Amino acid sequence: MGKATVGTLGEEKRVDCNIHLETKKSGGIDLELHSKVEVMYGDANRELIREGLSFFGIKNARVIIEDYGAYPFVLRARLETAVKRAVPDINDEFLPEFRDKCLYKSLRGRFRRTRLYLPGNFPNFMINAGLHNPDGIILDLEDSVSPTEKDAARSLVRNALRVVDFYGSERMVRINQIPMGLEDLPWIIPHNTHLVLIPKCVSCADVQKVDEKIEEIKKEENISQEVFLMPIIESALGVIRAYEIASASTNVVALAIGLEDYTADIGTQRTKEGRESFFARESLVNAARAAGVQPIDTVFSDVDDVEGLRKSTLEAKSLGFEGKGCIHPRQISVIHEAFMPTEEEIEKAKKIVTVFLEAKERKLSVVSLGSKMIDPPVVKRAENIVRLAIKTGKLDENWRNNGQGL
Amino acid sequence: MAKDYKLEENATGRLVPTTINGEKAVPYQGVGKYKPTGKKTAPPIATCADYPDDGNKVVGNLKTALLKAGIKDGMTISTHHHFRNGDFVTNAIFDAAAKIGVKDLRWFPSASFPCHAPIIEHLKSGVVHHIEGSMNGPLGEFASKGKMKGMGVLRSHGGRYQAVQDGEVHIDIAVIAAPTADPFGNANGLYGESACGLLGFALADSQYADRVIVVTDHLIDFPCYPWQIQGNYVDYVVVMDKIGDPEKIISGTTRITRSPDRLLIARMAAQFLRDAGIMRDGFSFQAGAGGTSLAFVDYLSRFMREANVKARFVRGGSTEFLAEMLEEGLTDYILDGQTFDLKGIESMREHPNHVDTSPFTSYNYHGKGMFATMVDAAILGATEVDVNFNGNVVSHSDGMLLHGIGGWQNTLFSGCTILTVPTFRNRIPILVDEVTTLTGPGELIDVVVTERGIAINPERKDLIKAIKGSDLPIRPITELKEEAEEICGGKPGKPNLGSRVIAAIKWVDGTVIDAVRQVLD
Repeated sequence: MGKATVGTLGEEKRVDCNIHLETKKSGGIDLELHSKVEVMYGDANRELIREGLSFFGIKNARVIIEDYGAYPFVLRARLETAVKRAVPDINDEFLPEFRDKCLYKSLRGRFRRTRLYLPGNFPNFMINAGLHNPDGIILDLEDSVSPTEKDAARSLVRNALRVVDFYGSERMVRINQIPMGLEDLPWIIPHNTHLVLIPKCVSCADVQKVDEKIEEIKKEENISQEVFLMPIIESALGVIRAYEIASASTNVVALAIGLEDYTADIGTQRTKEGRESFFARESLVNAARAAGVQPIDTVFSDVDDVEGLRKSTLEAKSLGFEGKGCIHPRQISVIHEAFMPTEEEIEKAKKIVTVFLEAKERKLSVVSLGSKMIDPPVVKRAENIVRLAIKTGKLDENWRNNGQGL
Repeated sequence: MAKDYKLEENATGRLVPTTINGEKAVPYQGVGKYKPTGKKTAPPIATCADYPDDGNKVVGNLKTALLKAGIKDGMTISTHHHFRNGDFVTNAIFDAAAKIGVKDLRWFPSASFPCHAPIIEHLKSGVVHHIEGSMNGPLGEFASKGKMKGMGVLRSHGGRYQAVQDGEVHIDIAVIAAPTADPFGNANGLYGESACGLLGFALADSQYADRVIVVTDHLIDFPCYPWQIQGNYVDYVVVMDKIGDPEKIISGTTRITRSPDRLLIARMAAQFLRDAGIMRDGFSFQAGAGGTSLAFVDYLSRFMREANVKARFVRGGSTEFLAEMLEEGLTDYILDGQTFDLKGIESMREHPNHVDTSPFTSYNYHGKGMFATMVDAAILGATEVDVNFNGNVVSHSDGMLLHGIGGWQNTLFSGCTILTVPTFRNRIPILVDEVTTLTGPGELIDVVVTERGIAINPERKDLIKAIKGSDLPIRPITELKEEAEEICGGKPGKPNLGSRVIAAIKWVDGTVIDAVRQVLD
């Protein structure tokens, strides 16, 4: 007979619960529920727990639940983890219904200016994360989850992917370091994960292993949709191999840098000025561009320093980065504003795009603005600025035809 | 306790008592429908011959003052809540009353706080019969469980003034805790250790009570000026060592919320005022001191600066945020009903255009007009809002009485009343099919701003038209409610309520808009 406990650790208990489960030989289900939302959802909770136990074929058990207002997807995940800890040979997944709102797709070339990290075993921030409009939301299975809770986080993240509306943000998961991260993939790939972040990536083999495992799962589950990859470079060796990592698979769409571990690896401290990481950042931008993927900057960890964040983002932009990590929703709008093209940039970009399109229409092989020749990378950058200007509302979609053109 | 009341359906269809603690009560008839006639009440005529010529009304202690004021069984004792959760005076009054041995008092505070939990012992022992005023925290729970002998009555700040003025509530003894006072009884809240800003909530009490006692820990020589409370109304002055805990009376600094969801709501509310054209030169608004309100003021200030727009007046709940608007010239005046932080008090002391107001000037529905109707926009909270825009601020979805009405009902009369609420909080739906306790009718609630979108009352076609072209997410309130229910896991269950009415909710005109039932275990 098995016995297990699962649930919140530490102070923060909101919208989570603790479950203690002990399977028995006889006596049926003995359920004791203490709930903060007893009046509103006590009966619904009891029904859900009984449904879950019967799904797993557990007929006799003592179950004690301290409920702090856990949403149904949280309660389901916690129950599943408790059952699997108590009876290790159970493998079934107690899946909540896949909501339509969770089925939208992503695009290879979409903006990835902001990606908001959410601790994967911590349900409270998941529900409203998408309201703050980050370009991507990362459900994290790695550093924010303690080694003993990886199983709990996996089922919670899986349920969140099936139930929580992220309102159009790209649905990302950061798996654990390879090889452990490979075990995370079956929990997330069948549930419309758009992008997988591979932490502490040091070789193209890391990327290929992830790619192969994803292909295998996709085949089993009959999924045709692409799953994008964003390796995170966090070491001296990773920086040296950045180009081969970025070009290890066609599914890699972006390359990110993680400076916390990198600075430790090169034997120094991380500073706000960031001189110690200049080489790594610029190498990463160069490698990403060479491989044709987006270079993405590290997180800015002082949540209260809005000015510092703005400066750091403007610097990242000037170095060639296209995005930055966030650890708090308040950072999102600051980063978006900093990445917003200036009026000057937009005007210049409009001119370049216009002459390029005109040259194309006239089938000219050379594009020039005034006396200056314009090469394809310049056109590409200009197109990117125009696209961003349209997305951020600084330029009308039909700017060429409504008087905003040249 | 046996039921000594009958229930009748009021204009909203809610069943309400027609007698409250033995006195007749009028069921709610609709907004602006009930217009009583007759004269206001008046205090007894006093004679200077009975008061000392040197103006010294100081007596030894609170007990002596209560005895001199003629305290008897069944009397009504009033207090004010300018000291919020740091009030030492109220508990001292009822401890003294217990020692004197009187019973069945009616406590008539302008609001109660968790620091008043000791009153529960006096309710149990019979010194206090019942409370007419907000019942927060432990007192709310005590009353909700049906343990209070009499029926509670909850009124708005304006409704409290109206009830006293109209003679619905006769105050036998008013006790006014005053941060600074002189021996004649002139008093203010601007100076002294326990400074709280103003004393407007005690105005009706000073004007209409039979006997008035001023209690202070900062007695100065005559004259105490400004005299927010006039000594000519005062019978006795008592000096206590400490009348309150300064740290709990006001906050040193008031902080904007850090919650990203609340910041989002605050920003959308400010943007609504801007995009609907309410934010324009010479406009006015009212916002409270909660974290979301402060963030709202901060965002609105930014928008006003960007658009070079200036307000004529701002009503508060003043805080450093309003004080800074005044200093910066973003508003000509602050009309202050209640001061929440040090900077607010300093501003009131120093700035001629930071004006103290009272429930009489701002909120009294039985007056010749009130400021509340002249405010262009009010930004308020709620514990529940329903699909008909009705609001609840006094109870939670579990049926427990937990908050007072404050000025909430009164401010609903603004030109554009905005409730800023999350659609749900920690799996507790805030947007519901029907509010547990009806505190404010939907016809006065114009806009509900949530983290998932903004609902505009369909009756406000002008606002719907004015906001066209804005990029704000305007959505039907039913859609927002359904989204909240989907996330929380279906329609919430209802609390198990008994038939007994434990408190009546008054509307601003003294009629009964709803009744609160006992919560069964």
